[in-house]
Amino acid sequence: MKITRTGGIAALAIVGALALSSCAANETPSANESESTLSGTFNGAGASSQGSAQEAWVAGFQTANPDVTINYDPSGSGAGRETFIAGGSDWAGSDSALSDEELAGEFATCAADTKAIDIPTYISPIAVIFNVDGVDELNLDAATIAHIFKGDITNWNDPAIAALNEGTTFPDLAITAVHRSDDSGTTKNFADYLNQVAPDVWTEKPADPFPYQTGEGAQGTSGLVEAVKNGSGTIGYADASKAGDLGVAKIKVGDEFVAFTPEAAAAVVAESPLVEGREANDLAFKLNRLTEDPSHYPLVLVSYSIVCTEYADAAKGEFVKAYIGYITSEEGQQVAAESAGAAPLSADLSAKVAEAVASIK
Amino acid sequence: MTAAPARITAKKRLGDRLFSGGALTAGALILVVLAGVAIFLVAQSIPAFLVDPSDIKGEPDSFWAYVGPLVFGTVWAAALALLIAVPIALGISLFISHYAPRRLAQGLGYTIDLLAAVPSVVYGLWGAGVLAPAIQPFYVWLTENLGWFPLFTPPVSGTGRTILTVAIVLAVMILPIITALCREVFLQTPKLHEEAALALGATRWEMIKMAVLPFGRPGIISAVMLGLGRALGETMAVAMVLSPALIITFVVTSSQNPTTIPANIALNYPEAHGIDVNVLIATGLILFVITFAVNSVARWAVSRRKEFSGAN
Repeated sequence: MKITRTGGIAALAIVGALALSSCAANETPSANESESTLSGTFNGAGASSQGSAQEAWVAGFQTANPDVTINYDPSGSGAGRETFIAGGSDWAGSDSALSDEELAGEFATCAADTKAIDIPTYISPIAVIFNVDGVDELNLDAATIAHIFKGDITNWNDPAIAALNEGTTFPDLAITAVHRSDDSGTTKNFADYLNQVAPDVWTEKPADPFPYQTGEGAQGTSGLVEAVKNGSGTIGYADASKAGDLGVAKIKVGDEFVAFTPEAAAAVVAESPLVEGREANDLAFKLNRLTEDPSHYPLVLVSYSIVCTEYADAAKGEFVKAYIGYITSEEGQQVAAESAGAAPLSADLSAKVAEAVASIK
Repeated sequence: MTAAPARITAKKRLGDRLFSGGALTAGALILVVLAGVAIFLVAQSIPAFLVDPSDIKGEPDSFWAYVGPLVFGTVWAAALALLIAVPIALGISLFISHYAPRRLAQGLGYTIDLLAAVPSVVYGLWGAGVLAPAIQPFYVWLTENLGWFPLFTPPVSGTGRTILTVAIVLAVMILPIITALCREVFLQTPKLHEEAALALGATRWEMIKMAVLPFGRPGIISAVMLGLGRALGETMAVAMVLSPALIITFVVTSSQNPTTIPANIALNYPEAHGIDVNVLIATGLILFVITFAVNSVARWAVSRRKEFSGAN
């Protein structure tokens, strides 16, 4: 085909016009007028467990308040708390509440002589996932889980597992227990559950890194789930929303074996006592994982938003109040449930949280 | 008269000045960047060497107790990868340069170079998702039948994500680098040497052994050192495939594997703060020193035979 010079130029012009014309149409602003008076750029930092939920929340809030820009940096709970205390962020996301040591110090973002409070905003059940051919249902209790992840129980046909699962035959297959190789709030909450319910087996203090030198390590929630899926005779723990179609074990609570549901996970938080000796609206929970109530699922991860009771800058106070109010509202929690698989706050917990949020100045 | 004639400098035009200036700037820039990286590493590492070891996460006995297993893991994984990759790479490049018909050689060379274009994250996903489950039955066989050999002591890993799998993935990643360089080196062998060997009655393999390999030795060493550099510094593939633990062991089929310095930094940096960041950067400095030392040894080995090398 002979392409003349003018023919080539004409073809380029036509293609260019077609391509560029598609850019114009969808830039029209949306018709709804929002009555938001908030404006400015606000920064939060902290827990990566809240990461995907925060993304959805930021998108939702920014749509309702177009003059606001929010940045959330999932740099880790420790770094987030440090940044907040030093005044580098307007709120912090953290898998653990402020420690007494941190509360005794100064908060640069807060007004003079005021402290910060913790508000639970993200609850996520942790599932014990397993992949054993021919086994669809598995019942485990905390002591057995602790023994498996410590490396004491090494085969699926161990009598301790069989005792909890009448009627299921297990193959003669070695157990490969997969844990997180990177630091993780999921590991800390998993270890906290085992440490509270089976303290004579799981003796190490709960912390972000996995404490024992046994089993396999995998990077990130997705790495762990892939490792369990691709192996055989594998067992691991991960955020329940990422379990996919892998088998999930039922945990013994009291006398019954309980599967995870968002309501059961939220119920554990709502019915746990608050940490003593804190300010009136500081909702730091001492999770009672020893609950015997079968409507509870004690293997949960709770992530807090740490905010000032009174901000040095009133505009920041107004923003934080509005934002935290949004993420803890029913609408916000639904958004988190859909995007990140979180368990929405239960009704009475929402009421307490709303009270705490209303107290932010 | 023995007076030396007056030196006549060559006439310089604007193009000469620009080009020599540009080349000088490029060389100086590289040195400046390298110095900048070294200064950053040293400055950020000093607090880690001076801190009380109980402040470091994991409470090791000292910084060196923390970094020791990491250094071992890095060198061990890289050594295993070289052990697997170098013979295969030499074989491929000899095949391309001396045995294969021209068209096949070009196609094969092109395919090997494509391997270098695959991102390391993809290699990590492939290693964790495909290679590890596929090779795990082989590890089971190894531990059952050769369990007496110290490298294959049971118990075996259930998912196959061991340092041997990582070494295979690293070998696949460094194969194109070594092959490409060796191929060029072997093609540079003087035809006269090759034909002289053949004329004296050598077979093809004897000709290669006598003329090609000795001539190419410095080039082969350079190629292997370049591949080793990549293997030592590979981060994402190792982080995604390996099941890490802070131990020193030679067993290659178990769940507890010594991890490498770059993978350790990748795993711990996101949640690290304060002195832990300095500790991680200090481990990076140790890796920098190791790579520097290895490259110095390689350059020394190459320079001993530099008059024979076309690739020096």
